[in-house]
Amino acid sequence: MRQIAAMRDSVSLALAGSGGAGVMTAGNMLLEAAAAAGCYGLMTRTSGPQIRGGEAAAMLRLAAFPTDAQEDRFHVLAAIDWQNVARFAAEIPLGPQSIIVGDPAHGEPPEVFLKSGARYVPVALKKIAGEIKGAWPNMVALGVLAGLIGLPAAAVEAAARKSMKKGLEPGIAAARLGMAQVDSVRDFFLAKPDNPGRRWLISGNEAAGLGALRGGVRFVAAYPITPATELLEWLAPALTKVGGSLVQAEDELASINMALGASYGGVPSLTATSGPGLSLMIESLGLGVTAEIPVVVVDVMRTGPSTGIATKTEQGDLNLAIYGMHGDAPHIVIAPNSVVDCIAATQWAVGLAESLQVPAIVLSDQYLGQARAIVDAPAFQSVNFEREKAGSGGAYKRYALTPSGISPMAIPGTAGCTYTADGLEHNERGTPSSQAGDHLAQMDKRARKISQLDPGDAWASVEGEGETAVVTFGSCTGPVREALASKPVKLVSLRLLSPAQPAKLRKALQGVKRVLVVEQNHSGQFLRYLRSEYDLPGEVKSLRRPGPLPFRPEEIQQAL
Amino acid sequence: MNAPLATVTLQAKDFKSDYKPVWCPGCGDYSVLSAITKALAMLALRPENVAVVSGIGCSSRIPAYTTCYGFHGVHGRSLPAATGLKVARPELTVLVASGDGDGYSIGGNHFLHACRRNVDLTYIVMDNHVYGMTKGQPSPTTEPDWPSKLAPGGTGLREFHPLVIALASGANFIARAFSGDPNGCATLIAEAVRHPGFSFIEVLSPCVTFRPEQRGWKDVAHPAPVAFTDDPGRAARRIMTDDGFNIGVLYKGNRPPYGAAQTSPGSVKDLEKAFQL
Amino acid sequence: MKTKPKPSGQYADFMSRAYTMELDATERYAQFAEQLETHNNREVAQLFRKLADIEALHAKRILDEMQWPSIPALPPAYAWDGAEAPETAPFDSLHYLMQPWHALEIALRCEREALQYYEDIAASRAPKQVRDTAREMAAEEAEHVRLIKEWMKRVPRPEAGWDEDPDPPGVTG
Repeated sequence: MRQIAAMRDSVSLALAGSGGAGVMTAGNMLLEAAAAAGCYGLMTRTSGPQIRGGEAAAMLRLAAFPTDAQEDRFHVLAAIDWQNVARFAAEIPLGPQSIIVGDPAHGEPPEVFLKSGARYVPVALKKIAGEIKGAWPNMVALGVLAGLIGLPAAAVEAAARKSMKKGLEPGIAAARLGMAQVDSVRDFFLAKPDNPGRRWLISGNEAAGLGALRGGVRFVAAYPITPATELLEWLAPALTKVGGSLVQAEDELASINMALGASYGGVPSLTATSGPGLSLMIESLGLGVTAEIPVVVVDVMRTGPSTGIATKTEQGDLNLAIYGMHGDAPHIVIAPNSVVDCIAATQWAVGLAESLQVPAIVLSDQYLGQARAIVDAPAFQSVNFEREKAGSGGAYKRYALTPSGISPMAIPGTAGCTYTADGLEHNERGTPSSQAGDHLAQMDKRARKISQLDPGDAWASVEGEGETAVVTFGSCTGPVREALASKPVKLVSLRLLSPAQPAKLRKALQGVKRVLVVEQNHSGQFLRYLRSEYDLPGEVKSLRRPGPLPFRPEEIQQAL
Repeated sequence: MNAPLATVTLQAKDFKSDYKPVWCPGCGDYSVLSAITKALAMLALRPENVAVVSGIGCSSRIPAYTTCYGFHGVHGRSLPAATGLKVARPELTVLVASGDGDGYSIGGNHFLHACRRNVDLTYIVMDNHVYGMTKGQPSPTTEPDWPSKLAPGGTGLREFHPLVIALASGANFIARAFSGDPNGCATLIAEAVRHPGFSFIEVLSPCVTFRPEQRGWKDVAHPAPVAFTDDPGRAARRIMTDDGFNIGVLYKGNRPPYGAAQTSPGSVKDLEKAFQL
Repeated sequence: MKTKPKPSGQYADFMSRAYTMELDATERYAQFAEQLETHNNREVAQLFRKLADIEALHAKRILDEMQWPSIPALPPAYAWDGAEAPETAPFDSLHYLMQPWHALEIALRCEREALQYYEDIAASRAPKQVRDTAREMAAEEAEHVRLIKEWMKRVPRPEAGWDEDPDPPGVTG
């Protein structure tokens, strides 16, 4: 029985190497092992641009509490080899308290890592692996990392059994040897949560897919784009299991229109994309607004503009999502603020799209989308908002001017209420109209449909108390929360970005004298949006920078 | 008395709405509208079970002129909208209406893939070799020497051959119709709807305003000299050497129509098990 | 009410075609009236409405004559030799600036087609009853031809430039 010194409640580890080294596999197994042992945490990945054989790193943050933020420093960087791993230096910041585990057979760690003051701990991964027939150095590295944080061997074994299709026994043996290498190092032992409860292991993209299905989506149109592709690929088999279908489209112009067509037919529909794809979809989203057809688009934001950095994160599509459509086209924009929130946020988006008969954009991002996180099992919300359907009887007015702005929608197959959905401006019956009165009336209708929405408490995550508040959204929320831990600072993370909720924000910021707006883009899109829609009290400061690097708590603390 | 009895099924006029079309008097599209209503009556369908999907252009105004469910979408995107609708609601009969600009220019890419995908749709393109709604620009099927404001000396570009493209991309039924023969057009449309998979009818439909010389088409349109073939190679030779005025079914293929993946009626809760630790 | 010989299959078909022709012509003229009304050519719209009413009367007469218990089934779409029924003006006959004389010219062509149609049947090997009735109908169509020619004398003949619009397309809208 080991004597455990003071344990940490959070450890950050990185495993790097070139292609073929199995970095991702080992990283995933470490995450699974930590999950099996009762921990929380998440794993993110990074890689070079090559399709195969490129350098890669798996970054894990493991903790005794749910989190999807990165820490300020990594405690351990382990490398199977050092080929081109230096390119990840900015993503794997080290400090004097960190250690670098490297295989001396592949030379010294690059200077860029050593200059942090981290201690080099050589472990002959290749040689050790060589001692077992059929074992690979990455499994030794896995053992090293597991051993450093004090994971029980049983957890490592369970993870290996789950993922390894061949070479299981040599792999386990290699991992055990790796653990033995760091037997005497106790500095990074991770405490386990007292009552972990039921937990899930899920990525943001999978979570968004699940949220869509929970919300009732049964038709998906798909055009692949990094980093949204996995969302669509998860949905393809999942949909067939719940009686739905997915069609691969020829481009994003097609995918959004397929979703609109299916939705017009009465089936809740969705597509997912990233910035470049959303740009293509904007015209047709306007059609959804004018013809009042529900549809959900998940935008897994990546570094922009234009092709940008496809594999990295940013929060630069806010302007596009809110303002992108030509004309005044009120619609819904929702931003999940954690990996697990991708479920609830997407489900909510589907519900709002259906009940308000309007497009809803979900602003996720690459960080949330591709992070695999260990989270508390999310509660199942069984209440869904459905679209109001028209029945036959009487002269049907598809776009009737109701007080709520919501007019019942006839579903094809229903007799007596056929109509033509139109992007042309129209009167109540749906007949194209160029009359000023009709245009104003329909604009008012579509606007009040959205502005009269009362989102309840779901509009934002509001936490803490203080005279200083940090206002943010999306993936910045995790690092902000971490930076504010046990400080008298309020956190307001908006989930409903559009329509704006000035009354609610005013209430949330009562007594606040200083506001820090945190966002991950260059120009301050969120700050400008807040300024245009809200009165921010007192002194307002902006902390903003573009991707690709995620925010770290110390950046936010320095700005406070 | 040997009197013929009344029919119980709907008649063509039951498929025509009260909306007065904005098309110029003399436009071929009136004829196509008449043909569609006749075809739907012939097929004994009901308006609520038929959807007419269109893009933007004179031809695309057609959905509201029927009593069916209509979808008047954005320029060039009628085929994906119709695809989504049909895959989500396979029991509906879905017609897609377009023109040579909407369908072959901005909609060109979707045309290729709709033929490939072979979803059970009927695609009716009213071709008048011009952009009518925007008042007289060349379209992909316009003759290279036709003068216009955008291209005063003519485009100099070889015309697009939609029937060849349709064949090469996998369309399962290819026909050419002429608005000057609304009854023949009606028969072709009915046949196209009956035929499974992606059925494509290019309808020569003169624009009397911007191409008044097209009134002369009735003197050159003629029935195809041979019956349709189901051999793509033979069809390719015929369509490549076609004079552009052969009327009738030119090709009927045997590709099975698009079938969505088999589904099983499970629950979302079952899917969540994969995430549970 | 005169007693008529029991109609043979061919006769019933012939009469239902005759009925269809009138009905089709009625509908087509009504559509033309609607089109021209939408395009602000009220004068010719009214004329087409009149023609529609006339054809409707012809149709009603056949209905009364035949004493069908209900409206007969229309023959299938491809039942005619030409593209459409002989008395049906083709859709491309119209021009938005057309004048009454043009409308009557269209009607004249239709009546001549109908006349030819009945004359052909009268001269064919159809059953006697059919041929007899066809001859009667041909006489009626001939009378319609005469009436329309008279009508045409009473309307101004269009001058050159009737189809010139000072606002060419591309300027308006």
